[in-house]
Order: sequence, then C-alpha cells, then structure tokens
Amino acid sequence: MNVPLSAGAVAFVCLLTLAVGAFGLRVSRATSDFYVAGRTVTPFRNASAIGGEYLSAASFLGIAGLVYDRGVDMLWFPVGYTVGYVVLLVLVAAPLRRSGAYTLPDFAEARLESRRVRLVCSVLVVGIGWLYLLPQLAGAGITLALVTGAPLWLGGAVVTVVVVLSVAAGGMRSITLVQAMQYWLKLTAIAVPAFVLLAVWAQDGGPGPVADLAWRLPLAGPGDEHGLYRTYSLLLALALGTMGLPHVLVRFYTNPDGGGARRTTVTVIALLGAFYVFTPLYGVLGRTYLPSLPEGARVDSVTLRLPSEMLPGLGGELLTAVLAGGAFAAFLSTASGLTVSVTGVISQDLLRPVLARLSGGDHSEVRAFRLAAVLAAAVPYAVSPVIGDISLATMVGLAFAVAASTFAPLLVLGVWWPRLTTAGAAAGLVVGGVLATGAVTATLALGELGGWPGALLAQPGAWTVPVAAAVAVGVSLATPHRIPRGTGRTLARLHTPEGARART
Amino acid sequence: MDEPSEPRPQQTRHTRRVRVTSSRRGAARPAGGAALSRDLAEQTGLGEIYLQGLLRAQLRLSLTVLGVGVLALGGLPVLFLAVPATRELGVLGIPFPWLVLGGLVYPVAALAARWYARAAERLERDFAEIVGRG
Repeated sequence: MNVPLSAGAVAFVCLLTLAVGAFGLRVSRATSDFYVAGRTVTPFRNASAIGGEYLSAASFLGIAGLVYDRGVDMLWFPVGYTVGYVVLLVLVAAPLRRSGAYTLPDFAEARLESRRVRLVCSVLVVGIGWLYLLPQLAGAGITLALVTGAPLWLGGAVVTVVVVLSVAAGGMRSITLVQAMQYWLKLTAIAVPAFVLLAVWAQDGGPGPVADLAWRLPLAGPGDEHGLYRTYSLLLALALGTMGLPHVLVRFYTNPDGGGARRTTVTVIALLGAFYVFTPLYGVLGRTYLPSLPEGARVDSVTLRLPSEMLPGLGGELLTAVLAGGAFAAFLSTASGLTVSVTGVISQDLLRPVLARLSGGDHSEVRAFRLAAVLAAAVPYAVSPVIGDISLATMVGLAFAVAASTFAPLLVLGVWWPRLTTAGAAAGLVVGGVLATGAVTATLALGELGGWPGALLAQPGAWTVPVAAAVAVGVSLATPHRIPRGTGRTLARLHTPEGARART
Repeated sequence: MDEPSEPRPQQTRHTRRVRVTSSRRGAARPAGGAALSRDLAEQTGLGEIYLQGLLRAQLRLSLTVLGVGVLALGGLPVLFLAVPATRELGVLGIPFPWLVLGGLVYPVAALAARWYARAAERLERDFAEIVGRG
C-alpha cells in the first residue's frame, strides 16, 4: 500500500472536519445553537446531514465485509437500515418535531410528566450511544492499521480527538454543516471507486464470484442456523431501532415544522438508497478477485483491500486512499453525531446537578458541555477493544436491537396511545433495556453459541421488542390512574398541523 | 403558516459567552388562537372531535403503509423458501434475490415514502381547512 497517499487522505478528512467545525464556532453563539442549530436548517441540508451522520463504519465497510463473508442474506442489513426511516416516517417523524423537545429524554418527560422516566431515558441514550460508538472507533483502528501500518489503537484515538475538538468547539450548528458535507463526501468516496472497479471488472470479461451455492442463494448458508428467524429478527430490530437512535432523533428537531420533518425523511430514504446500492458491490467483487483473505485479516477490510488487488499500481493506490478517506468520514460523522447526543444528555441530566452542587450554582454551562464531550467520547474509546473479532455491522446491529427494544415502544405508544401511563412506559423501558443489553452482553462475552440459544441471543429483536411493548401496554392497563394529566393536550399538540394551530 | 414562536430557554446574554439557567423541560406550549384552535388545545367540544378524526385517519394511513411494507418485505424470505426457483431466477443476468435486496428495494421504499408524506399532508390540509372555517 502507498502509505503517504492513504495517510494523506485520512489527514485531509480529519482537517476538513476540524476546519468546518471551527467555522461553526463563530456562528454558534447562544446556547440553543449548541443543541439544535437554532432550528434554521433547510430540509435538503438536514437530510444530507442525517444521511451523513447515519452512514457509519457498518455501512461503509461492514456491509461489504458481511456480503463478502456470508453472501446474499446479508443484504438485509442495508435494507433494514433504510426501511427504518420508512417506519420512522410513518409512525413518529412529524409528531416528534411537533413535540418541540430537543432530545429523547425531553420527549419522554414532556409526554409522561415524570423525571424518573426522563432519567431512565438518559441512561439509555448514553448506553446506546456508547454501544454504537464502539464499532466506529474499532473501524477507525482497523482502517488506519491496514492502510498505513499504524498500531491498532491509533485510528480510534484520532477519531476521538477530532470528534471531541469539533463537538466541544462548535456544538450542533457546525456539526450540521459538517454532516451534510460528510454525506456527499462518503457517497463520492464509495461510488467513484465502485465505477472504476466495475470498469476493470468488465474489461476482465466480467468474471463471476468464486463462491459456493450457499453464498449465492438466500437462506442456504451453513452459518445460517434458523436463518428465517434471524432474518426477521434482524429486520425488525433495524426497522424499529432507527427511530430510537439518539443521534438520529435530535436531527428531527432542526426541521421547521412537522411537514418539513416528513419531507426531510423522504429525502433521507432516497439518499440512503443511493449509497447502499454501491456497498454490496465491494463484497461481490471481493469474492471475485480476493477469494481468500490473508490469515487473521478481518472481513471488514475487504473494501479497502480490493482496489490494489484489482488495479495494481498508482490507480489502485489512489482508489484505496479515496476509500480510506471516505471510511474516516464515516467514522468521524457518526461518532460526532453520537457524541453530540450523549454529550447533551450527560451535561444536562447527569453533570449539571453534580456541578451545581459542587460550585453552588456558579458553573459555566458551556464548560460543562465541553467536559461532557470529553467524557462522552473517551469512555467508549477506553472499552473499544472488547469488540474483538465481532464484525462491525453485527456490532451496530446490537445497538439497534437495544434501541428497538426500549425507545421504539416508548415513542410509538407515546405518540399514538392515550392510555400509556408513566408506570407502563417505565416498566417497558426497563424490561426492554435489561433483556436487550443482557442478550448483547451474552453475545459479546460468549461469542456465537449456535443453535436456538445462539440465534435468540445474537438476534434478540424478535422477542425483546414484543416483550417490552407488551409490558408497557400491560402495566399501563393495570395502572389507569397514572395516565399523565396532560395527555390529551400533549397528543393534540403532537398531531395538530402547524397550519391549524397558527390560524387565528 | 407562521407558527407562534416557541418559548426559548431562559438566556442571559453576556458579551461573548452565554449561560442557560433552565433546561428545556416542558419545551413548547401551544399558543391560543381562534375558538376552534383553542378547542384543539383545550380538548373541548368540536375541536376534540375533529382531532380524533384526524388522528384516526393518520393512524389508518400509517398502518396501511406499514402493512403493505411488512407483506412485501416479509414475504420475500417466505417466497424464497416456498418457491425455490425464485432464488436462482436470473433477471438481466443478476439473480432475483440479489436484484431485489441489492437494488429494487430502495427506489420502491423512496416512492412509498413520498406517497405517504403527500397523503399525510393532504389529510392535514383538509383538517386545517375545516378548523379554519369553524
């Protein structure tokens, strides 16, 4: 590999991110800017920003790796990542914007009028955010190690430092700009090399992938024990998990109104589809040109190995550099989106009470935000080695499963069901959170178990989501006296179009 | 369409740095308007009936989209298992499952989303018109 070229591409992406972040510092003055960019972001830029934030290490490297490794069944990953926005659109997009809250805990407290439920949500946001940050940092380590020979810890450290600097300096307005730019950067970085490699492939006479039938045919792989269950469970977790991701929801508050939130989501779906058409190509071409990876290499690295294999010389090295830069854009954008959300929750709900007590109310809000940013990014970096050999996309899938088992029932019931009670919502969150994190922890600690236990723990969505929702509904029905007093008023606000509200 | 501006968090402006002394809890409160708009907010009389109608229509629309989506996507694995020929069927040189999951899903999802967004907006426009007349 050409080290200076790839290292240069990575450094360029990092510096660009920092530069745009620093530019944002000059425009973010009031504290509300720090959180949601003053709500003045246009739908198209907002959609680009959501796409930029959402396309993570799992999308950029992980899907190609899984398709390379296990074939057609893995295409459900990008399908699920995209379909999640359709579900979000039809169930919660406009009402969430109309709720007028900034974060998931804000929504929970406004809807359920309970500080305790808010606290549970805060803890969950931090947990899901950290779980999702792990694969970003691990992916950065893998990428930098592969293209420059740097030690494995360095990539994650670079991402952590860049993210903390840009988040702490500019808050969200700068992040919105950074994220919108990152989407187009990533699309270019994945699409241009794909076209070049396809041209090379066509010139070679279009050889077919070197793979067995199990790879080619759906639901046929040997590693797919209980494949039908795994497929449905994955799809459910991804489809419902999207709405519960802390860094996705915060973006919806930057839309001008409920209708704007919907239009933004439609654009997001189109943008994601444009990106996901390209990623599996790397897995298929990998099967064609790289039938086996070197000993000990992770499948996640197949995208980055492909160009130099297909196109030896400067051309391949250039493409590798472009892909490495794009991958870093993916790590940086997702990690900063997550860090902003986790930072907001840590500084508002966890750090503020402590600081207020320590300093007698005389602490600086901005300084608390910055301290929280350091905490939000440093903790996952410290524990990122635990993910070991688990593939990046699988890891991200686990974060989705936790989000789907906790926030999805809360949001859907909160938006549509007037009889949801404080006790019901809290019970659903706790049960869903405990079951899903239990399954995730077991998978991380024990590896793949095989058989039904393995399938149920590796893809917990299909049972944890219904159990959590049933608990929330059951407990709500059993505690009808604990329906929040303002429920009717809140639901009216969530569903009344702005046009009707403003007419005088 | 100008929405009443939502109350901002209490801010104290210094020359450079800003402190926020209250959190965003209980962020936005609806502002009053005409009688019907107030009905909506206050959950009284005619407004509530209209709003319930809107809610039900929106929910029906959402469930329709979800139902079609579940049948279409959820039906694919069943189709692959029930009719094994579909797993190997080549369309334009690409096997059918690869073509659907790797490409066709996305434009269909985007079109369905656009159709939903327009239908939902139409429901809201009708509602706003009724409220405006009332």
